Amino acid sequence: MIPYLGRRVMQSLLILLGVSLITFALLYLLPADPVRQIAGRSATPQTVENIRRQLGLDQPFVVQYWHYLMSLLSGDLGRSYIQRSEVTELIVSRLPASLLLMVGAILCELLIGLTMGLIAAVKRGTTTDQTLMVASFVGVSAPQFVVGLLLLYVFAVRLGWFPIGGYGTWRHLVLPSLTMGILGAGWYARMMRSSMIDVLRQDYVRTARAKGLARGAILFRHALPNAILPVVAMIGIDIGIFMGGIVVVESVFGWPGIGQLAWQAIQRVDIPIIMGVTLVSAFAIVLGNLLADIVAPFIDPRIKLR
Amino acid sequence: MKKFLTSTVAASALALMLGMASARAEDAVDPNAKQGGAITVTYKDDVATLDPAIGYDWQNWSMIKSLFDGLMDYEPGTTNLKPDLAESYEIAPDGKTFTFKLRHGVKFHNGREMTADDVKYTIDRVTNPKTQSPGAGFFGSIKGYDDVAAGKTEGLSGITVVDPYTVKFELTRPDATFLHVMAINFSHVVPKEEVEKYGADFGKHPVGTGAFKLAEWTLGQRIVFERNPDYWHKGLPHLDKITFEIGQEPIVALLRLQKGEIDIPGDGIPPAKFQEVMADPEQKARVVVGGQLHTGYVTMNTTMAPFDNVKVRQAVNMAINKDRIVQLINNRAVPANQPLPPSMPGYDKAFKGYPHDVAKAKALLAEAGHPDGFETQLFAMNTDPNPRIAQAIQQDLAAVGIKASIQSLAQANVIAAGGDKAGAPMIWSGGMAWIADFPDPSNFYGPILGCAGAVPGGWNWSWYCNKDLDAKAAEADSVVDPAKAGERDKMWSAIYDKIMADAPWAPVFNEQRFTMKSARMGGADNLYVDPVHIPINYDNVYVNDVQ
Repeated sequence: MIPYLGRRVMQSLLILLGVSLITFALLYLLPADPVRQIAGRSATPQTVENIRRQLGLDQPFVVQYWHYLMSLLSGDLGRSYIQRSEVTELIVSRLPASLLLMVGAILCELLIGLTMGLIAAVKRGTTTDQTLMVASFVGVSAPQFVVGLLLLYVFAVRLGWFPIGGYGTWRHLVLPSLTMGILGAGWYARMMRSSMIDVLRQDYVRTARAKGLARGAILFRHALPNAILPVVAMIGIDIGIFMGGIVVVESVFGWPGIGQLAWQAIQRVDIPIIMGVTLVSAFAIVLGNLLADIVAPFIDPRIKLR
Repeated sequence: MKKFLTSTVAASALALMLGMASARAEDAVDPNAKQGGAITVTYKDDVATLDPAIGYDWQNWSMIKSLFDGLMDYEPGTTNLKPDLAESYEIAPDGKTFTFKLRHGVKFHNGREMTADDVKYTIDRVTNPKTQSPGAGFFGSIKGYDDVAAGKTEGLSGITVVDPYTVKFELTRPDATFLHVMAINFSHVVPKEEVEKYGADFGKHPVGTGAFKLAEWTLGQRIVFERNPDYWHKGLPHLDKITFEIGQEPIVALLRLQKGEIDIPGDGIPPAKFQEVMADPEQKARVVVGGQLHTGYVTMNTTMAPFDNVKVRQAVNMAINKDRIVQLINNRAVPANQPLPPSMPGYDKAFKGYPHDVAKAKALLAEAGHPDGFETQLFAMNTDPNPRIAQAIQQDLAAVGIKASIQSLAQANVIAAGGDKAGAPMIWSGGMAWIADFPDPSNFYGPILGCAGAVPGGWNWSWYCNKDLDAKAAEADSVVDPAKAGERDKMWSAIYDKIMADAPWAPVFNEQRFTMKSARMGGADNLYVDPVHIPINYDNVYVNDVQ
């Protein structure tokens, strides 16, 4: 276990290093000059050069990247070019909102996805099954921007059940979580269905049925715990999909998380923020995968960590 | 020092007195205005900073104006200059010395009185390279600027604190725009002790002399302004509180406005909903329409063949059907025929520009040696409606034989291509087009049509450099006497007429502003399309539903 962990942590650090290098290089190669963005359109060439020197952007790529890495090691993500604030402060102030949305989204996708998958597996081959699978397919493929606006229009504008965007109460959380959750729910429904069908084919289920156990007892006490394990282990990996989704969903709902921060930073070429959010997201994804792998043997004893 | 008034006594004294008189008349507050109440304004993008030396976004521009004041300002809803923190000013006859007398008893939000030292500190700070102010260049005419910009010294030698209520500016050249420069945000007065206390974070903890003070700032969510009860301008502001909600998509903001949850959608009416809103009489009644100091144009790189031939550039001007493009954007603009927008002093009403004439355009191309047209590229920003406009221009050009392929890119990339001499043959300026920093005709010349802007990374994307016109521009800007403003405007009109003869641009349209407000908002319409306060003049508007 310990050597395995050590190896995995090393791998994770290498991945993060790679992500930082690639992102830094891509942003460096961008044919847009961040100094021009800061200096504004009325700046004199002198002002532009002054700013370039002060930010160290006149240095060669390797030197810039080295400086960035060194401050990164001391926990400093730099200062935003456009917002003129510490990137760490900006991300930390927005992290709680994104985490809250993540919890809400995971609850939604599990609740909807597992239920749909379970029903589809039990009713395999029927119209119900087909309808649910088509629905899950739509959920997976529908653009979140459209789903968000649709939910917003129906439940907030027409019915008035929820507020139209914003942040603060549990009522604000429902629609963005649902928008995020519908995508994940589609995946979970499909996984849950196939996993459940596998389990229902197992001998012990047949035995239980032969013993005359009630249908509900077989499903919930014997089949479900075994079917659900591989699905739940996916949650860690889910974070990657989630990080992509928050950029869109947070923008639609005016949700003050790091996705919205990233979107605004990309539009304004605010490189330190783009770097910071990318690294934090990469860290979350790597951590999620690592946790998923570590937790797997506890959920399913057949898996061994080597 | 010889005073301005000694020479051209009658005319300029009268002008100055008239100026004062009208300023005083404007100072009278709207008698129908109600005191109190709170409004909510929404924005999509985060507010970057509220530091007047740094803020240069269109959403923080007007917020900063409500937190801070400058020596000069504009009469609400107009482009007419008036003294603000200055009580009066004098201009020396050579146009190179400006002396401002400050108002007594003006207090910063921290309670300390504002004095001439603060004015000097403010301008020294904004021009100091360490501040990284995007507005530093506006102060280039003040003595000592070059040394400060080069980092040789700190503090401009041209600013003298005569006494606590008098500050004198000495310039290296007569500068007719200097009073405007004293009215832009970058020269809004800041207290030294607060700037030093917060350092680089002053923009998150702004302290000024303005009508409102910052009460709350929750990053990424909300900014709250509270009325400054000690505001020196008696009777202002009318509102007790303004809440800016951040991160709201324009379409969501409109839905919330329709439900009565907010008062001003700061980003305006989303294009997709524009016709729906304007078709509904109840909603249309709450939309205020006004001019904007904006021109959208196609630049042609005058250093690249075939656009180095003036006939080709004139042909492009005649090929573009501006009326159709205006229709394409739901008539949210008026067709343009010259660089200056109609609401700008110096706009030449008599100028007809190039007609839409396909036959003539083809003839000009043939004369230029391109009877069958040529292939080129048209760069445009990739957000709606700009790709659609670029396509319309592409079709118009195709009709005269010019085959333009569209390069639809992110804003920063188009700007970068424009600032590269070999980067872009043609650029549609939409989404990046020039909006004046201050209402003066010179502001449409230097950076975008003058030689100074035709440098790598500059904004003169036509790379048009006419030394003769540069000299004429300098001459016009040396006419400092306010009594000769009309004469100066004529000089500028002549400059722009000459530019249009050389046709480095094809001006396409001037955007109109459409500000939508809630039914409870009160105040004159021009406060909602104030040329210098975008979207609205927060200090002077009020709500009708307070007691």
